[in-house]
Amino acid sequence: MSNLEQAQQTPLEARSPYELRVNLGRDVPESDVRMALSTGEMGFLHSFTSGSAVDGPGMRVVAWTSGCQFRCLYCHNPDTWTMTNGIPVTLARASEELRKYRHGLKIMSGGFTLSGGEPLMQDRFAVKLLSAARAMGIHTALDTNGSLGSRLSDGELEEIDLILLDIKSWDSERHKKLTGMDIASVLDFARRLSARKRPIWLRFVLVPRMTDDAETVTQVARFAAALGNVHRVDVLPFHQMGRFKWKELNLKYSLQDVQPPTPEVVAGACARFRTEGLNVF
Amino acid sequence: MSRLIQRKEEEKRSLDSMMSTDDIIRDREELSEQIRALKELQQMALAYGFDISGPARNAREAVQWLYLGYLAAVKEQNGAAMSLGRTSTFLDIYFERDLDSGALTETQAQEIVDDFVIKLRIVRFLRTPEYDELFAGDPTWVTESIGGVGDDGRPLVTKTSFRFLQTLYNLGPAPEPNLTIWYSPRLPEAFRSFAAKVAIDTSSIQFESDEIMRRAWGDDGAIACCVSPMLIGKQMQFFGARANLAKCLLYAINGGRDEISGDQIGPKTTPVQGDILEFDEVLGKFDAMMDWLAGVYVNAMNAIHYMHDKYAYERVEMALHDYAPLRTMAFGLAGLSVVADSLSAIRYAKVRVVRDTTGLVTDYQIEGDFPQFGNNDNRVDQLASWVVTTFMSKLRKYPTYRNALHTQSVLTITSNVVYGKNTGNTPDGRRRGEPFAPGANPMHGRDKRGIHASAASVAKIPYRDAADGISLTATLVPEGLGRVLQDRINNLRNMLDAFFSVTGYHMNVNVLNRETLLDAMDHPEKYPSLTIRVSGYAVNFVRLSREQQMDVINRTFHGQ
Repeated sequence: MSNLEQAQQTPLEARSPYELRVNLGRDVPESDVRMALSTGEMGFLHSFTSGSAVDGPGMRVVAWTSGCQFRCLYCHNPDTWTMTNGIPVTLARASEELRKYRHGLKIMSGGFTLSGGEPLMQDRFAVKLLSAARAMGIHTALDTNGSLGSRLSDGELEEIDLILLDIKSWDSERHKKLTGMDIASVLDFARRLSARKRPIWLRFVLVPRMTDDAETVTQVARFAAALGNVHRVDVLPFHQMGRFKWKELNLKYSLQDVQPPTPEVVAGACARFRTEGLNVF
Repeated sequence: MSRLIQRKEEEKRSLDSMMSTDDIIRDREELSEQIRALKELQQMALAYGFDISGPARNAREAVQWLYLGYLAAVKEQNGAAMSLGRTSTFLDIYFERDLDSGALTETQAQEIVDDFVIKLRIVRFLRTPEYDELFAGDPTWVTESIGGVGDDGRPLVTKTSFRFLQTLYNLGPAPEPNLTIWYSPRLPEAFRSFAAKVAIDTSSIQFESDEIMRRAWGDDGAIACCVSPMLIGKQMQFFGARANLAKCLLYAINGGRDEISGDQIGPKTTPVQGDILEFDEVLGKFDAMMDWLAGVYVNAMNAIHYMHDKYAYERVEMALHDYAPLRTMAFGLAGLSVVADSLSAIRYAKVRVVRDTTGLVTDYQIEGDFPQFGNNDNRVDQLASWVVTTFMSKLRKYPTYRNALHTQSVLTITSNVVYGKNTGNTPDGRRRGEPFAPGANPMHGRDKRGIHASAASVAKIPYRDAADGISLTATLVPEGLGRVLQDRINNLRNMLDAFFSVTGYHMNVNVLNRETLLDAMDHPEKYPSLTIRVSGYAVNFVRLSREQQMDVINRTFHGQ
């Protein structure tokens, strides 16, 4: 059995919620990686689960891609940063797996969410998998940081029922400090979704001393409200469940001792979004 | 009561002209006993100041008469397991009439139901200490069926269905009575949502498929014991224990020798020869060992129930049933997911045996991955179904006492811990003494694809070969169902709709978090009424043994 075949038979699910998945796609030849990226017939997935209630509307099947161009300081899945940490999965295998859940997903008013990593690092695979899901009658959602949104054509945007858009910060400087990347392309994508009237659920991670100041929250809230297509805002309090991953990957974790925000701080941030007329949870 | 006695006398007279065979003589004797018992029941009621010879005239009397009937039946059996029925549907007409006439207010109606439930909760004090030792966590299986849909499509949900559920708020959560929703996606949304909310708030109710049970038995049914459906007043079951199929598999591998003691327990057969387990060889030996075990099991059950009828005939209970009820003999199996995963390991990975000096296989080394039950993977899910169907077909080969209809359940309540404790290392990698998964659940932590996948695997087990019930315990943390309460209610309701619109049979829903449980272990005084569902019924967590508590905690917390 070749390395590639072996990798393709690796279980899609982690052995435990705490398993670090690294180097699973390491042996995939570079030519195959290139082919995967250009055709989308193969993608790299970190893991998948069913029955998630926190990744879009209803109970959903979620697949996490590997590979991300952001390096968020608070990331709880740094093992998804590198694409070849994931398992190479053919489009056919992923679609076949998804098919098993289509009946239940419809009844549950749930759907399929492609998350990551950053799924648009593998935009061809993302588009093909989401289209395949939609062809089965499954509601589709894409959880993205938005900065690679320009890789999707207008027609492709129509194949995605819901965009879960993560806006990490507001101020360009701080966004760069927090994620390593500029915010301009994220906001451009948000505006484009607004112009095309594609629904957004906005996700905002509340990190003490990084994103919890009144100025940042208010600016993000005003921007979101002005878009007109933000159906829901999820304010996600920072947590430390990913701390061990930074340690095990030998990465320097600057938030080592940061405590999750207090319920009062979370309520305050929610209130700011609500003031702008947004539906906040 | 007079009408009931009269009816029983008619039933007895109908036997007068029949030949006095063993069966008829026994039936006559039983009917005489039933009539005597009904008269004693009347007497008992009089002692409390109630004349129950006539029908109840209002809701208060209806509930009182019902309680007296229940009390008589359960007293006669020293507080043994005794289910109630679908009384919430039938009592309602009395309440409606009293509400209409102004004889009762809604508050008073609820109070009557609350009081009734208090009475049902204290039934356990009738029990002997021996009984308490055997069954942890207070179960008395006062199972009350709630909801369901009629054959004509009308929902059987009434205001009193809601009132029964409301007792969990008014009186606080408790294991008893064992409130069981006959769930169908066809039930009104308000009821389904309320039931989902009660499950989230109290973890004290279970759900069973109204669609499957109604189609199999009819719409006038209720649950006996934990999850067994039957027609009210027309059916009864002989029940007893489970067959430990994981141990049976080990006996097959070891030629009938016990993997822990080394003693020859099963029939002496050829143990496996090689160092690597061959799927076909193991399957053949397992098949033969199941034949033997099924025979032992049916034999034991026949003897037990023959003697029970002879020396502890349930006179009142059976007096409240029609003559010649349909009798089922309900067998059970334990360790299903261990067996399925073991067979899967043997088939899809390489399992090397480890023998002790006497040649006894005591351990297994697994090389490679294998599909595990609970991940919606047909390669192993089909093995689980095969085990259920095969063992059922073997049970059916042996005649039963009183020609009872063979059924079986995949349900363990808390006994999965005891069976696990007494079972050696298994070829799936489970260590000696480790608990089995409860009921039809996947083994702890092996269902890695979330609750949807896990439930889908369990839903594949064929009901026709497990007509006494297939139990799934889903333990969820609140956050796993959504970020806010309304999301959680909608998501749980939708999840139940999905499970019960396919072939899902039963689901316990525990909504809690790990921290709560760990804290409850160390500070039981803080959680006197912490109720959790363990396949088939709810138990009081702080009264479980520490081992059983750890078992509950180590189960996958979906969504964490």
